[in-house]
Amino acid sequence: MGQTVLEMIGIKKSFSGIYALSGIDFSLEQGEVHALLGENGAGKSTLIKVLGGIYQPDEGTIKIQGKEVKINGVPAARENGIGIIHQEIVLVPYLTVAQNLFLGREIKTKLGTINMAETNRKAKEMIASLGVKIREDAMVEDLTIAQQQMVEIVKAVSFNANIIVMDEPTSSLSNEEVEQLFEIIENLKKKKVSIIYISHRMEELFRISDRVTVIRDGHYVGTKKTSETNPNELVAMMVGRDLESFYARDYCDMEKAEVALSVKNLSNDKNFQDISFEVHRGEILGFAGLVGAGRSEIMETIFGAHPATSGQVFLNGKEVHFKNPMQAIKAGIALVPEDRKKQGLVLGNSVAFNMTLASLHFYMNGIAISEKKREAVIDEYTKKLRLKAASPEIEAGSLSGGNQQKVVLGKWLATKPDVLILDEPTRGVDVNAKYEIYTTINELAKQGIAIIMVSSELPEIINMCDNVCVVRAGRLVGKLTKDELTQEEIMKYAAGGVE
Amino acid sequence: MSESKKKNVLLNNPVVNVFRSNIGIVMVLIIMCVIISFATDKFLTPTNIISVLRQISINTYIALGMTLVIILGHIDLSVGAIVAMSGTLTVGFIVNQGLPIWLAIVLGIVLGAVTGLLSGFIVSQFKVPAFIITMAMMNVANGIAYVYSGGQSTRITDAFFINIGTGYLFKVIPLPVVYMIVLIAIFAFLLNKTKFGTYIYAIGGNREAARLSGVPIKKVEIVVFTLSGLLSAFAGLVLCSRMYSGQPSVGSGYELDAIAACVLGGTSMAGGKGRISGTVFGAIVIGIISNGLNLIGVSSYWQLIIKGLIIACAVLLDVQKGKLGKLKKKKVEK
Repeated sequence: MGQTVLEMIGIKKSFSGIYALSGIDFSLEQGEVHALLGENGAGKSTLIKVLGGIYQPDEGTIKIQGKEVKINGVPAARENGIGIIHQEIVLVPYLTVAQNLFLGREIKTKLGTINMAETNRKAKEMIASLGVKIREDAMVEDLTIAQQQMVEIVKAVSFNANIIVMDEPTSSLSNEEVEQLFEIIENLKKKKVSIIYISHRMEELFRISDRVTVIRDGHYVGTKKTSETNPNELVAMMVGRDLESFYARDYCDMEKAEVALSVKNLSNDKNFQDISFEVHRGEILGFAGLVGAGRSEIMETIFGAHPATSGQVFLNGKEVHFKNPMQAIKAGIALVPEDRKKQGLVLGNSVAFNMTLASLHFYMNGIAISEKKREAVIDEYTKKLRLKAASPEIEAGSLSGGNQQKVVLGKWLATKPDVLILDEPTRGVDVNAKYEIYTTINELAKQGIAIIMVSSELPEIINMCDNVCVVRAGRLVGKLTKDELTQEEIMKYAAGGVE
Repeated sequence: MSESKKKNVLLNNPVVNVFRSNIGIVMVLIIMCVIISFATDKFLTPTNIISVLRQISINTYIALGMTLVIILGHIDLSVGAIVAMSGTLTVGFIVNQGLPIWLAIVLGIVLGAVTGLLSGFIVSQFKVPAFIITMAMMNVANGIAYVYSGGQSTRITDAFFINIGTGYLFKVIPLPVVYMIVLIAIFAFLLNKTKFGTYIYAIGGNREAARLSGVPIKKVEIVVFTLSGLLSAFAGLVLCSRMYSGQPSVGSGYELDAIAACVLGGTSMAGGKGRISGTVFGAIVIGIISNGLNLIGVSSYWQLIIKGLIIACAVLLDVQKGKLGKLKKKKVEK
């Protein structure tokens, strides 16, 4: 195509000595849509933050129009013509579209007041030039998410951005809205704007992008012309790594085991419909799918944290109706939630406090909590999980991600569950802690606990699970057994490649 | 190794721990005591110390409940009005309605508890900010006190009733101080040793994590606000007894003194953090400010200014401490 507008060469960035990016190369040509593809945690957002001036790279160079530049802040990124459309929209809801577009650079009259007429006129021009159909005097709060996103794009272009990054732009759009977005992207291409497009959705990448670069674990894997590749090849590039030895799993015979939890036609109108599955004692049942497919909501509903609109849940053969998590916990279900900082831990309190919070009913001595019983449990799980904390009294928030996750795991094991639901059990933890968590999960399965593992990390699903349910857009679209499990197969279901 | 062991022995001593964990406010307290005792020799006498303890007792009852409310992440502005309402009505029930004393007392306390329960119910059920709803309750309770009494104070001379607030244990310790010590013990136990206390910290620290951990959030919230109302009503009872009368105007300002005691004692307004011992020290500091300034002969108008400044400084110190803590953490991470 045209000339190269952006070159990132050998970009390295580490946090606390761990490389999030270890030598990424990326280039962008004029008027090109270049997709950036990788699993969660592969380093996509870190790379974008380096480009946007939010992070400074440890090593590597960034060239724009062939000239080496230093992007040492968000304003510098803007000066270099880089505009980033984040997943979270940052517009002021109670101002009009025009006011938002000119926020911080208002057009003034001679008296120093804002010249609304001129503001509106210019805004209208800007909006029309991209073929967007939004009124310039509409309140932002009245717009749909898709429309707000388009305002963001107009805003970026109005700052003379010739490189626009779109971070999962379609994640909350309807099909029709996606079409509108694609039209705008085509318009941008005609204006010689280059676009870095981040998305998981294969079909979109193949429709809209010219080239695809895959990164994995902070490493550059490769760049392909979209016309010369196929979904399977890309998926293989995204996930392909030999980690068999990493996952400790002793399989057992599932035929003889009793069903621990069985779910029939469970629905929650807003989030998911008609979910049915069962999990046996000693089984690890995986839940694969894209982020936002509704997996966490399904689990939280089983756990009594959200109401179900219809359907049944059976625990050890008996039908149960949990109105709140306490009832589920007492019946023997535990849920290690997805977001350990927001949902898992009281960060300002001690490790001991957190580890025993869900199981206090076991340590009561009359109305007082028996410190002895409590300490015994803390000791037990500190050892079992190889938790590295200076003392049980230190703040949970001061631990590393891996150790925090172990505290959450300990907290739920202390409730002595029959069914353990793990939602993204290894998100944001280092390799070592990952290995230890896998080992623990395997031990638990061997003890006869039924385990449900929600995960977006395919290697973990494939290497740890006996059976896998794939969820897409709130529906169970596939059930795969151990023998059918391949990354390509799961991705095809999850991204909607097969129907 | 041996040094760390020594440190551990010290750390495990509960008395040392109480002082150590409240080191900031204890320092303020000591400095104040030193300054005041240089200025006047009437300060460090047994009589005066007992008098200070009696003066702080009423604020302490209220502040104990307030501590729970603030750790929970809420606030209760209705406490002062409940003091006035319960006190005025209890005295009125005895003097005007001729109810038996025990019944009047029970009714007064139940009234306070129900007011708190109502606030707690609305806060937990409808997610109305506690600031707003307890402010509304404050007006209602104040109004009830004025409507019932017609704005007049009611004198009471019943010996048993008067003894509640003015009597002594062993002829030395004022009864209000005895109640205070008992209540401190109960609430320290409640907060530190029971499931209920642990749940309060969990809700204030991270509501969502608490919910997913099976903490019955609504129940805990309702009980905490009920306790706050109950303690305020009790404070109203003791106050009226000490004043030989029920006065509808006595309650104002108590909510602020109670909040000040909590904040001085290191309770975080954001919730999740705080200690009963800290609040008690906070109440002592506030009591000593008034007492010391009185002894030195500072006018009560100036006392307001000085009290305000001391509270502002203490809280500033606390915020700075928090910031330092965060800085340290960042350094560790990098």
